[in-house]
Amino acid sequence: MSGHFSGLRLAYESLRGHTGWGRQWGSSELGDEYDVVIVGGGGHGLATAYYLASECDVGRIAVLEKGWLGGGNTARNTTIVRSNYLWDKSLALYDHAVKMWEGLSRELNYNVMFSQRGVLHVAHDEGDIRLSRRRCNSIRAAGVDSEWLSPEEVKELVPIINLHGRFPIMGGVFQPRGGVARHDAVAWGYARAASGLGVDIIENCEVTGFDVKRGKVVGLETSRGKVKAKKVGLVVAGHSSRLAELAGFRLPLMMNTLQALVSEPVKPMLSTVVMSNGVHGYMSQSDKGELVIGGGTDLPVSYSRRGGEGWFSSTTASIVELFPCIRRMRVLRMWGGTVDVTKDRSPILGKTPVENLYVNCGWGTGGFKATPGSGHLFAHSISRGEMVEKAAPFGMERFREGCLVDEGAASGVAH
Amino acid sequence: MLYIPCPWCGEREELEFHYHDEGHIVRPDVSVGDGEWSSYLYERENVEGWQRDLWSHDAGCRRYFYVLRHSVTDEIGGAYKVGEKLPPLPVEAEREMGS
Repeated sequence: MSGHFSGLRLAYESLRGHTGWGRQWGSSELGDEYDVVIVGGGGHGLATAYYLASECDVGRIAVLEKGWLGGGNTARNTTIVRSNYLWDKSLALYDHAVKMWEGLSRELNYNVMFSQRGVLHVAHDEGDIRLSRRRCNSIRAAGVDSEWLSPEEVKELVPIINLHGRFPIMGGVFQPRGGVARHDAVAWGYARAASGLGVDIIENCEVTGFDVKRGKVVGLETSRGKVKAKKVGLVVAGHSSRLAELAGFRLPLMMNTLQALVSEPVKPMLSTVVMSNGVHGYMSQSDKGELVIGGGTDLPVSYSRRGGEGWFSSTTASIVELFPCIRRMRVLRMWGGTVDVTKDRSPILGKTPVENLYVNCGWGTGGFKATPGSGHLFAHSISRGEMVEKAAPFGMERFREGCLVDEGAASGVAH
Repeated sequence: MLYIPCPWCGEREELEFHYHDEGHIVRPDVSVGDGEWSSYLYERENVEGWQRDLWSHDAGCRRYFYVLRHSVTDEIGGAYKVGEKLPPLPVEAEREMGS
């Protein structure tokens, strides 16, 4: 295995031609029986497995992944991290994650390149200002950082923004602790740390059925054979409805395509993340220099991971209005992923109608930011058999009870 | 870009249309319990394969209609008006032709 990463180790390896790094995580065969099986080897699933192994005393743990680790939405998102949501329940959930991001590289001994360069939501008209300031105050009241910036302060922070264009900038809400992280490193860091603690990580292993006895899950059928499991956690984002159907229940989700694109790489020109809910677009600059651009989802239910052309023209048109200097830049890559969206734009963390089967899904267009917190809370909830405090408001029963955590307005389209 | 065959206007680009929801969702009577009502409001089939969508032709005739669409390959298998007899899904039609 790869051992501990450090500056000293890097120096030592550089002297011997970097031949001693080894594989970062073990590849395991599927065992016969586990105490907890996590279905889905993306960021959230791997984080859940890691915290189960490191903080909860649960015995043998496996992660089953249909494809390869972090190959779904973990690889496809725009890596934005923030916690400036409207409601206290969401603030507690997402800020738990931001606090964990702050110590994550050290915790995992893996550089996840978390860069707290701030996240700015700009406001374009009077209504936008009122809503944004309300949200800003609500976030501050909950003890999370949030600042209102005047147009001049926005310009100082983002010199390339056009204050007086078709979408005038009338201010903005800024969260300095927000930022971006390296998405692949998050999956790999959790996989390496979990594997080091004895978690079996099994790739190319698709779950094809659930063994349910008297309303309780006791095992899984997979493309690599049957496995017994005392508890199962489903963390499969865009495939949640399919797996729930195999287990015999339905989830309050819609599967949509979310697209993103990057430009050709250029020298540093944008030092923060700029989002606009008003024009449905956001932009940041990656460490490689590419401008990372995203917007809203395509509307039809889809698993194609290819979006419509309409998204591209409307998103880039808005972004170019905000940043006219980029209008002649070329697009390098454009891609899509299948996101699991709830009607209240909040995730689902909780129990299911099948006993000992837990679900973590519905993160929709903004799950990456929550990865450490989601895994941490889900691990402790599975281990206890009861949802822990910060996760408790997010059970799927909230849709039946009418107790929604409506973040439609606060999260808007830009995540 | 999808090309959608509006039953009134013919085939047009997707940009002229608006997708609304999965097709043929029936509103239950208000006397049903919370479970059935929340199922009607929030739960969807999310079919991986051929499905029936509800679209409207916003930039054209502004009418609602149903489209047969494959959610993985983006193929369009036809469209039909509200109230018409349901055409079989392309996969069902293929199966019938084979048998």
